[in-house]
Amino acid sequence: MQALYAQLLVGLINGSFYALLSLGLAVIFGMLNIINFAHGALYMMGAFVAYFLLSLGGINYWWALLIAPVIVGIFGMILERTMLQWLTGLDHLYGLLLTFGIALIVQGVFQNYFGSSGLPYAIPDQLKGGMNLGFMFLPIYRGWVVVFSLVVCIATWFLIEKTRLGAYLRAATENPTLVRAFGVNVPRMITLTYGLGVGLAALAGVLSAPINQVRPLMGADLIIVVFAVVVIGGMGSIMGSIITGFALGVIEGLTKYFYPEASNTVVFVLMVLVLLVKPTGLTGRAA
Amino acid sequence: MTTLTDNTLPVTPRAMRDEMIVFVVMALLLASVPFTGVYPFFVMQALCFALLACAFNLLIGYGGLLSFGHAMFLGTAGYCCAHALKVWALPPELGILVGIAAAFVLSLITGYISIRRQGIYFSMITLALSQLLYFIYLQAPFTHGEDGIQGIPQGHMFGVFDLSKPTVLYYVVLVGFLAGFLLIFRIINSPFGEVLKAIRENEPRAISLGYRTDQYKFLAFVLSGTLAGFAGALKVFVAQNASLTDVHWSMSGEVVLMTLVGGLGTIFGPVVGAFAIIAMQQYLAGFGQWVTVIQGSIFVVCVLTFRRGVIGEIAHYFRRSL
Repeated sequence: MQALYAQLLVGLINGSFYALLSLGLAVIFGMLNIINFAHGALYMMGAFVAYFLLSLGGINYWWALLIAPVIVGIFGMILERTMLQWLTGLDHLYGLLLTFGIALIVQGVFQNYFGSSGLPYAIPDQLKGGMNLGFMFLPIYRGWVVVFSLVVCIATWFLIEKTRLGAYLRAATENPTLVRAFGVNVPRMITLTYGLGVGLAALAGVLSAPINQVRPLMGADLIIVVFAVVVIGGMGSIMGSIITGFALGVIEGLTKYFYPEASNTVVFVLMVLVLLVKPTGLTGRAA
Repeated sequence: MTTLTDNTLPVTPRAMRDEMIVFVVMALLLASVPFTGVYPFFVMQALCFALLACAFNLLIGYGGLLSFGHAMFLGTAGYCCAHALKVWALPPELGILVGIAAAFVLSLITGYISIRRQGIYFSMITLALSQLLYFIYLQAPFTHGEDGIQGIPQGHMFGVFDLSKPTVLYYVVLVGFLAGFLLIFRIINSPFGEVLKAIRENEPRAISLGYRTDQYKFLAFVLSGTLAGFAGALKVFVAQNASLTDVHWSMSGEVVLMTLVGGLGTIFGPVVGAFAIIAMQQYLAGFGQWVTVIQGSIFVVCVLTFRRGVIGEIAHYFRRSL
């Protein structure tokens, strides 16, 4: 049973990353109509920024949790201003191709300087050790990741679905021209939205740094699983991507316990099954 | 909305004649390669990728469907062909047929699943399916995991042509490429191809004209996947191995890049793009990971400023369909 709970926990943690990443993708997709292929590379950048902050500046994990998403978010906003905004009005697929190119550049540069092997990032002192829950031993850091990402996800959901800013955002997705006529600076909002989505990816990167090592390709394979999560959940709702992300992480964890051979493929197999039954995805609207 | 391939011009009898002239020139140039001093293996490799890119282009350039998982057809056909040659000891022509058949079956299955969604969802589904296959091949015993299938006997094509001789192999690959190219050329200029273009331009209108667009797109997917499998089977004879690199999604990205550089939706674009990218990889091999950075930069430059691609720009300048 111990092993089952351990795998469930791993599943929940992976689920947190899936949720944070697919949430960021959904936010970006909503405003920019772009599937951000660079999301995995930006997640990796988040982890690297945390690593640099610690090794070069001696800035600890807690500050990295705040600073790394801001730095990567600003980088994202520069990308949006200099490149992505020129794709307005073009086919969606150009956005996919452009961000794919950006991902190749970013990953290539990091691979040149850091090779493909991983750099260690220590768990902060306050979160070291573990707790005995009676039925299992819970490493505190892992519990922290799950709780913290859940909080971030809910906060993002609240921001977009329940606040005035979120209402502007949703209105601008429906009809940018009209929202502009009301005096809202829509292009700036788009840039900030991209920054927000990218920041979420970077935050996931910082969270993952102490668990997985900091590697240039850490986002490259993860992003494809996240795409599968997105296809399964559909990009219809913010809540949908959060729930799908966590649920798929758990299912993956369970598979690792009961049938480890399929643990790499279970998300993709689920994607096929969902597509056969409901082509639009679980919470998706027709594209 | 600007579609991916608004650079294609209507095909007139004059355009058909232009295209045939260019085809003959291309065939003659390629046929003369063994008499120049060019390294034949480089050209053979480029020809395999050119066929793959042409097959991919059939789907995106004429059907408007961006598959991000075309490597799965290349890799599957490669593995099956290699297995047939090495373990079953089949002659080359049957080995190629086994590879093509495998890609055909795979494209039937994946096409049935993926064709239900469009645009970026279609791309993400094809990408995820190819990653699924990647993991299966990583674990399946017959692919030998990380090692791949190596030491594949080349054999005698039809019992006559000794494929271990570079020149003979070159012409066999060239004939295969030209046959595949002509088939794609024929498909594009057939009534089926015209309907496909109509769907690309305006799917609701094509539906209202009574076309079952899903069936057309499905057929295009199967044709494209099967032809990509043909490229994969040919590649086995050139590389003499079948490995995981051919199934990995970065290979799918390279195919997209080749087609984008040459010109999406142009007939000769993918060929030019494949030669350009393969040459670049060949000559920049010493730069290590910088090749990835350069490839990424080419993607960015192409999408931002050069969306028609090399052949697309030329065709646009001369107002010809190429």
